[in-house]
Amino acid sequence: MKRRKIPGKTLLAAIPLLLLAGTANAAAGPTPAAIAADTIWTVVAAVLVMFMQAGFAFLEAGLTRAKSAGHIAVKNIVIFSIATLVFWAVGFAVCFGTGNAIFGTSGWGLAVADKDVNTVFSSLSFSDIPLAAKYLFEVVFCAVSLAIVWGGMAERTKFIVYLVFGVVFSAAIYPVVGHWIWGGGWLSTLGMQDFAGSTVVHLQGASAALAGAILLGPRIGKYTKDGKSNAIVGHNIPFVVLGTLILWLGWFGFNPGSTMMATTPSVGYFSYVAMTTNLAAAAGALSAMFMAWKLLGTPDMSMIANGAIAALVAITATCAFVDPWASIVVGALAGIIAVVGVLLVDRLRIDDPVGAVAVHGFAGVWGTLANGLFATPDRAKLLGVGGPGLFYGGGFHQLVVQIEGVSASFAYVFVMSLLVLYVLKITVGIRVSEKEELQGLDISEHKMWGYPEIFNPSFGGSGSMGMPPGASSPRIESAHQTAGQTLHP
Amino acid sequence: MKKVEAIIKPYRLEGVKEAVTAMGIFGMTVTEVKGYGRQKGHTEQYRGAEFQVDFIPKVKIEIVVTDADANRVVEAVQKAAGSGSIGDGKIFVVNVENAVRIRTGEKGEQAL
Repeated sequence: MKRRKIPGKTLLAAIPLLLLAGTANAAAGPTPAAIAADTIWTVVAAVLVMFMQAGFAFLEAGLTRAKSAGHIAVKNIVIFSIATLVFWAVGFAVCFGTGNAIFGTSGWGLAVADKDVNTVFSSLSFSDIPLAAKYLFEVVFCAVSLAIVWGGMAERTKFIVYLVFGVVFSAAIYPVVGHWIWGGGWLSTLGMQDFAGSTVVHLQGASAALAGAILLGPRIGKYTKDGKSNAIVGHNIPFVVLGTLILWLGWFGFNPGSTMMATTPSVGYFSYVAMTTNLAAAAGALSAMFMAWKLLGTPDMSMIANGAIAALVAITATCAFVDPWASIVVGALAGIIAVVGVLLVDRLRIDDPVGAVAVHGFAGVWGTLANGLFATPDRAKLLGVGGPGLFYGGGFHQLVVQIEGVSASFAYVFVMSLLVLYVLKITVGIRVSEKEELQGLDISEHKMWGYPEIFNPSFGGSGSMGMPPGASSPRIESAHQTAGQTLHP
Repeated sequence: MKKVEAIIKPYRLEGVKEAVTAMGIFGMTVTEVKGYGRQKGHTEQYRGAEFQVDFIPKVKIEIVVTDADANRVVEAVQKAAGSGSIGDGKIFVVNVENAVRIRTGEKGEQAL
């Protein structure tokens, strides 16, 4: 993606000319046909990544209770809209604008004359596509990162927090780390390899989620006084599966699209990235399934889904840098990390309803570090970022760079998020009241229900609103209800 | 008149309905209920954490029949609702003093 240091740019730009356009005038730069191909691919990829919001909506709603399902789904529209506007006005400039080693300082609101685009956004000048396409592709990444945050904070956060934190995150958290790694900042100078954002997107989202989950505390009934962890059962596993498959689909835009060109670093290289991405996801789903089977005695359905996503998260940094066999190793280990990580976070008594910290955080760290092990010399050279990993004769250099990058990114995002959320906590408050939490966020935050029939007798339901957690889980509640619809005379 | 009141497994309802309909008994009231018996609910697992299901979903059926039909209905319900495993439920038989068909005002067994 973005982080190419453009040594081979002129050379590479010649390839599309010969292959795609066929016109002989190679000295004039990319042909319209090549630019069109690059733009089409990038916009299609951006659209695929945008659809990941639907994946998150279903995944998170499915893993939480019916009484908050509408709230959890609609917040994806809200935060996507916030990210769209704020990243356009501020975030894109901070992330990709030419500035210092810490953040960009130019290109606010994308108000840049065509002739200046490659100077103002020099970090993205490797791609010949229009600025609009670059913005579209980058803003959906910011929105994905923001979407990850709320999974860890689900079912107890005040709606206003989404709005305020969404603005700060899109303007001053995500773009800063993005600048470090992709925007010409200090980590990109060091040669950190994060092709599509295991750290930039996923670790950032997860670090904020961790800060939020800690500050909020667990949902009512999650941990008993004697320290026992109670399951708070997600209300719809098919939603979880659908959400996961939508995310998997979206990842075919996320990783392969991060070439930001169809013709670079070599013509059609994005298809190689698509292949490693898919290999890793498959390995992760299966490794998580077997790991859950071994540890929990059953192939836990939600863990299979988590494993696939963890693998996709891990391969995000590595997809363009590693050989196919290594992508399988990266994915398989990520699946195991997901299962163990979810159990570990729960053991630490941090209530992360969807496993965001394990799936996007731990697996994001693993994927980023994996480049320091598995990056091949020829691919690192092709992409013009960093060097080969430990297993390919690169010694520890790249691994150390990756560790620095991961540590600094986590520290910045975690501390900033703690700070922002803490200020919100002592001013407007970040958690709903006990009564509101028991009622569910659909009714307490929006005065309406995601599933009216279940919670209000006047819609023909049994009206079991505000049932205590655990004992009467929504899963049973809703199954029961569905049966009832056909039984009543 | 007797009321046959049975708490059964929800998935057995269809079979029970067929069994009593086949006997010529028309009319049944069904309620979704929750409860526990001697097993006191059960424990399930989700993402590595346990949760206790204290109240298990059941279906309560109520059928009011003539005294003469009562035993046959109880037998039919028992047969149709039984799976042989724990949690099949219970049947209660209670006396019913009177019945009224609201539309016509018919009383007693005429109203059934």
